[in-house]
Amino acid sequence: MESFLAALLNGLEIGLLLFVIAVGLNIIFGVLGVINFAHGGLYMLGAYLTYTLVSRGGLPFWPALLLAPLAVAILAIVLERLVLRHVYGRHVTDSLLLTFALLLIIDDAVRMIWGSGIQVVTPPPGLRGATSALGFSYPVYSFFVMGVAIAVMAALWLFFTRTRAGRVIRAAAIDRDMAQTIGINVPLVITGVFALGAWMAALAGVVAAPMRAINPGMGDRIIIDSFIVVVIGGLGSFPGTLAGALVLGMIYAFGGRFLPELNLVLPYIGMALVLLLRPQGLMGRRTG
Amino acid sequence: MRNAIIALILLALFAALFWLPSYAPYFYIFVATEILLMGLFAASFNLIFGYTGMLSFGHAAFFGIGGYTAALLLLHFQLPLFWVLLLSMLAGMLLAAVIGFFCVRLDEVYFAMLTLAFGMMTYAVVHQWRSLTNGSDGVAGFALREFGLGLDLQLADPAVYYQMVLVIVVLASLALYLITRSPFGLLLRAISENAERVAFCGINVRRYRLLSFIIAGTFAGLAGGLFAPFNRVANPDMVHWTESAQPVLMTILGGAGYFLGPYFGAAVFVLLETWITTYTEQWMLFLGVILAIMVIFFRRGILGTILDWLLRRQ
Amino acid sequence: MNEPILSVRGLSKSFGGVHAVQNVSLDVWPREKVALIGPNGAGKTTFYNMLSGRLRPSDGSVSFEGQDITGLPPHRISRLGISRSFQITNIFSELSVRQNVEVALTALHGKGLQMFRIASRDRALREEAEQILAQLGLAELADLRAGVLSYGDKRLLEIAIVLATRPRLVLLDEPTAGMTPEETRQVTRLIRELAASNTYTFLITEHDMSVVFDLADRIVVMHRGQLLAEGSPEEIRNNKAVREAYLGEEEEP
Repeated sequence: MESFLAALLNGLEIGLLLFVIAVGLNIIFGVLGVINFAHGGLYMLGAYLTYTLVSRGGLPFWPALLLAPLAVAILAIVLERLVLRHVYGRHVTDSLLLTFALLLIIDDAVRMIWGSGIQVVTPPPGLRGATSALGFSYPVYSFFVMGVAIAVMAALWLFFTRTRAGRVIRAAAIDRDMAQTIGINVPLVITGVFALGAWMAALAGVVAAPMRAINPGMGDRIIIDSFIVVVIGGLGSFPGTLAGALVLGMIYAFGGRFLPELNLVLPYIGMALVLLLRPQGLMGRRTG
Repeated sequence: MRNAIIALILLALFAALFWLPSYAPYFYIFVATEILLMGLFAASFNLIFGYTGMLSFGHAAFFGIGGYTAALLLLHFQLPLFWVLLLSMLAGMLLAAVIGFFCVRLDEVYFAMLTLAFGMMTYAVVHQWRSLTNGSDGVAGFALREFGLGLDLQLADPAVYYQMVLVIVVLASLALYLITRSPFGLLLRAISENAERVAFCGINVRRYRLLSFIIAGTFAGLAGGLFAPFNRVANPDMVHWTESAQPVLMTILGGAGYFLGPYFGAAVFVLLETWITTYTEQWMLFLGVILAIMVIFFRRGILGTILDWLLRRQ
Repeated sequence: MNEPILSVRGLSKSFGGVHAVQNVSLDVWPREKVALIGPNGAGKTTFYNMLSGRLRPSDGSVSFEGQDITGLPPHRISRLGISRSFQITNIFSELSVRQNVEVALTALHGKGLQMFRIASRDRALREEAEQILAQLGLAELADLRAGVLSYGDKRLLEIAIVLATRPRLVLLDEPTAGMTPEETRQVTRLIRELAASNTYTFLITEHDMSVVFDLADRIVVMHRGQLLAEGSPEEIRNNKAVREAYLGEEEEP
């Protein structure tokens, strides 16, 4: 029972963090029509910047939580304006390849700056150690991660349903040409969406930094996970992303505990099953 | 006339490559072998990508299973290499038939994602099935004996192995080339441009996509079967998705619209990697920059851009 | 004229509650030239898509030469002898003009699985393709890349592809859309010539009424997804409901 509860909590934690990363990927796909391979790299940059600010710069964790995502969002604006812009309107393969190139660049830049080894960030005081509030011992920091993810989710939901900017983005995601004709500044929306997605990926990176081993391969791994989440949940679906993230989180948590030999292959089986039985994803809209 | 000139150039190139061991430094024999094998791997990928219009992110599964098949057969049964290679092709073909059966149902992004999923499933199986594959260490310690077919080849000599690879890759490439020029190949190109129109001409598009996928898997299996003995090991890296990205990069680099594009791309890729890594560890950084520039400005690849430029001058 | 070549019964298609085509029944007889007209959004293209297998009908049936073809995939329907053109030009721009036709011929002759011979050396295929191109006046353009053709020639090439599948029933979706008056005359003449060969049956949608009244043996009018009227050009010209449907909703250009 205890191990079941612990796995459930663990799955929730992995899933919620994945949600924060994958939802950005999904929004970017919705508005830009771009499958952003570099998204994993931006997540990794968030974690490494935290390492530099906290472990090297001696800054407390909290300012890093603000500064690192901001820096990554600014980098994303530059990338979108200077690089990505060239392939809009082209075949989806082109944006896939271009963002893959960006991921390669980010990966190696990280290796160059921070080295190939594993880096560590300790959790801020007050969030260290474990708590037995639920009857078994569980890291305090994990609850913080879940809290941040839920806060992001709530903020996103409010943003998309209650604000004008949110509605404009949704309009642009549904029909870019139509949005243009009704006077929406689409290029600005695109830049904004890309920056927002990058900001969330980096935020997840900061939050993940104290509990994951920071290494140059973490971006590659997380982007594949995010693809799985988005495919399972449905391209372009916000609730679907949450469902997909939770499904994958549970697969990892329970698979790791109860089926360790199959742990590597389970996510892909899940993704393949969804693609074959319901290609639009659990909650995606069917198109065409 | 033009064809005769091209044939003559290719023949001269073949001769120059065949006798490479007699004039080039020893080191370049390895580089050339790698170029040939990656070129064949990339060309097989391009049958699906450039000719049929489907971006696969799981092509390493077939390369990898070819490699493992070869390594295991050589280790446990000491078969002649000829038969090993045939079985490597068969393994690639069968795996492609299974994976392709599911994947060709989907289009575009979904196809790319599903091939990625199946590729990584293959990776996971290879990685976890330790009793057979020896996990992350891979299958090594096998020896090359004879080639078979009564040919007396000293395969342990890298120069001989290289010449054998050259002949096999050339023969395989001729077969692939013929396929792209055949009525079947014409339909593939038509499908890549406008699958729906082809269906309205009475063609079962899904079946053609599957066949193209299986042929590509077969040749990737051959490339893998030749690669494992060359590399002295078949390990999970051969199956990982980053390995699947290699033929994609090489094809984009060389030019997907030309049959020789992937070979050219493989050559540029391997040579650049060889040279750049002697100066810096940041090879991937350069590769990323080059790839980005190619995608943005030279979508037809290096070979395509050069040929376009030459044609325009004429 | 004992059996209809195409027989449609109660064909319907709805998209999420919207009835694009509703309970349409229609018979087409061998070697007829039937024009299908109606204002924009009348459901003509949806109707075509169901006949050719692009869309699966929500209800009703289609039979061709006595065989039920309802819901068959496009390639099966094409092989049975129905071929269609598209409203938006739908050719293979990267292939040569001749290759465009050869794609259809390869499919027709079941040569698609030949992998170890060179397609361009197939003399029979080449001659047949050139014959079809000559029929459409495209013979001299055979070696050009199809993408560089003029708009009118692209539309003609599209018809060439349709003919290359050797259909008995030809569905043309606005064959003269966007053409100059000269090109329109050429296409009209071509259709009449083809019809005179007594091998084809035509179902044509068309916006240009001069073409419709010039060509059609019989006219079928669709309006809001339903059949509004059916009859000879003379009858349709004098039909009150038809005039209202057109005048009420859309000015003819």
